[in-house]
Amino acid sequence: MDILNALVAILNFVVIPAASYGAQLALGALGVTLIYGILRFSNFAHGDTMAFGTALVILVTWGLQAIGISLGPLPTALLALPIGIALCAVFVLATDRVVYRFYRRKRSDPIILVMASVGVMFIMNGLTRMTPKIGVNEVRFDDGARFLISVQEFKAWTGLNEGLALRVSQALTLVVTALACWALFRFLNRSRAGKAMRAYSDNEDLALLSGIDPERVVRLTWIIATALAVTAGTLYGLDKSFKAFNYFQILLPIFAAAIVGGLGNPLGAVAGGFIVAFSEVAVTYPWKKIAAYLGFQSDGMLQLLSTEYKFAVSFVILIVVLLFRPTGLFRGKSV
Amino acid sequence: MSHTRQAEASNPWRAPLLFLVLAVLFVLEGSFRSALFSGSWNTALGILNMGLISAIMVLGVNMQWGYAGLFNAGVVGFLALGGLAPVLVSTAPVAGAWAAGGPRVILALAVGLGTLALAALAWRRIAGPLRVVAMIAVLVAGFVLYRYLFDPAVAAIEANNSAAAGNIGGLGWTVLLSWPVGALFAAAAAWGVGKVALGLRSDYLAIATLGIGEIIVAVMRNEEWLARGVKNMSGIPRPVPYELDLQSDPGFVAKAAEWGMDPGTASGIWVKLMYAGLFGAVLLALILLAELALKSPWGRMMRAIRDNETAAEAMGKHVTRRHLQIFVIGSAVIGLAGAMMVTLDGLLSPNSFNPLRYTFLIWVMVIVGGSGNNWGAVLGAVLIWFLWIKAEVWGPELMRLITLPLPEGAFRSHMLGGAPHMRFIALGLVLLLVLRFAPRGLVPEK
Repeated sequence: MDILNALVAILNFVVIPAASYGAQLALGALGVTLIYGILRFSNFAHGDTMAFGTALVILVTWGLQAIGISLGPLPTALLALPIGIALCAVFVLATDRVVYRFYRRKRSDPIILVMASVGVMFIMNGLTRMTPKIGVNEVRFDDGARFLISVQEFKAWTGLNEGLALRVSQALTLVVTALACWALFRFLNRSRAGKAMRAYSDNEDLALLSGIDPERVVRLTWIIATALAVTAGTLYGLDKSFKAFNYFQILLPIFAAAIVGGLGNPLGAVAGGFIVAFSEVAVTYPWKKIAAYLGFQSDGMLQLLSTEYKFAVSFVILIVVLLFRPTGLFRGKSV
Repeated sequence: MSHTRQAEASNPWRAPLLFLVLAVLFVLEGSFRSALFSGSWNTALGILNMGLISAIMVLGVNMQWGYAGLFNAGVVGFLALGGLAPVLVSTAPVAGAWAAGGPRVILALAVGLGTLALAALAWRRIAGPLRVVAMIAVLVAGFVLYRYLFDPAVAAIEANNSAAAGNIGGLGWTVLLSWPVGALFAAAAAWGVGKVALGLRSDYLAIATLGIGEIIVAVMRNEEWLARGVKNMSGIPRPVPYELDLQSDPGFVAKAAEWGMDPGTASGIWVKLMYAGLFGAVLLALILLAELALKSPWGRMMRAIRDNETAAEAMGKHVTRRHLQIFVIGSAVIGLAGAMMVTLDGLLSPNSFNPLRYTFLIWVMVIVGGSGNNWGAVLGAVLIWFLWIKAEVWGPELMRLITLPLPEGAFRSHMLGGAPHMRFIALGLVLLLVLRFAPRGLVPEK
């Protein structure tokens, strides 16, 4: 019985939160890694793209709610997501046209593009801060049912001491991420445009020689990366809450995830997202209760690091990968 | 960095002219009271002082970017680390704190560092499959020992007079001494990061420094034994007299009356002028050193590496080692600025270390001023700082003008309310425009 309790506690406090957080990171890291693979720079504006897109989704959600549309038990934001993605993609494509294309044509150093992305980051950050009724506040925009399985129900069913809760937002995150990854990998592996993208990422000159239109590949990349970023941002906002500054801070775990998996490698980005999330949650979770179920009594909390240092976990993972395998676990682009 | 920098025929009057414009802006701010300027010399000098400190930060970043093409995205961390020095060096000792757990904390930190060093040694010396096991064993044992030593000591220090102190306390030495110490702190952190992230892709250093910046600020926020964390550390001693002491000094009051000023204003201005002199002296000394270094064979080597790494490497220059060197030096200068800033504020408040304000704003200053040029860095820093402060006033004014034709209502009041955030957009635009149309900045490198 105690073993079962320990298992349920691990599931409830570690596995489920880490899995949904990992899925959100994976979606974000996929966007970073695609942009890196095709445009060959680390996009510092990615976190603010997530924030800006999510702010748009929230506005559309409020609009839908105002005219009385809802999705029943599912959050209305899901319905608003495609519209938010479309609006955000238009903005991102405009930044590419106005900012990045110039440096791409000039074949500038990647670091100049990184610098330009810092400028875009400032602008998107300012726009998010100026969004009506959102700004720098903490906004909750989840509606519909809250729990798929609630603690009381679970305890009543099983008669265990430990409860297990699965929130709708967490289940939704996992389902949407699985669908998005399936669609993305199918697109990259099967469709003509996807193959063109991979060819361009592998060898730009060869791809140009075989008649691939680089501007089209770049446009597609921005659209896909934006769709992934806005989806990740919306799911993160539904799961926790929306606060513009948190989206800037999530940039570090996302970069860590992308590098752990190997920059430019989509499969690696997904794996990296889950590696970072699981280590972050496992290291900052106090294991005292679970240890007690397993028969170890402890005076301390058995918490390796306090939650304020969760970013240190992504950093340490990043450092370890840079030290021992700079191309990432799944062999990304060259060092 | 592969682009070569041909010396274009640039106007020799450009830099002096721009500095003149800057001076005029400050005079306007100081003497004309209107909707756009405050008309107070106290305000103007306050902006100037922080502008001078910003100039020192920019000088540090400019060494990394302008001399070597390294992108440091964690300026805020090195700054905060430098800001720790005045607290640890010059605040008064806290009674009982050292006895409560001082030696034990030092021992714990030594164990922590020793563990890392031993793990590195194990990795290097042991061959075969055993080395991974050995390294992990060293790390785990070291971590357990570290926590065993560290946790009770920290609890004891934080329990000591926790309402008013709860920190380890300072040494009570003079505050000027803490400035080089701040530089040392930042240099040590930079050495660690640089050792790992340099020599790989250029983006990796950016991402690693972004991380170390966040972590240093998180440490300062949470480690209350160190500098009281989010409870803030106030009352850091000053290198200049206090305004109140000046106001009660009859000699000073008489002098102020002679100048036709009331003692309150005069004391504020006098203190700020003394700070300005102090910061200006440090800034000039740094520029002198930097210029001498740039003209020396070492400077020529650095520029050669920046302009063509492959060629420099073929000439037998150790590129990664030189990059580490300049990264550490630049970060030390940033740390120095951090210590100066905390001294000026008299307050260490970890919550105020915001990366947008202290990392990316500094970057805008570097790019606008002209990377690779020290005078350009100073100009960019003071100018952008001035605009950043004034944008808080000018933004709403501008918005009021723009929204004048609109009817009173929710939209207009929202636009007015959001106006202070406009400066982020303005700053982003300035960065993008300069990067695109004047990539060499206002004062280009010669």
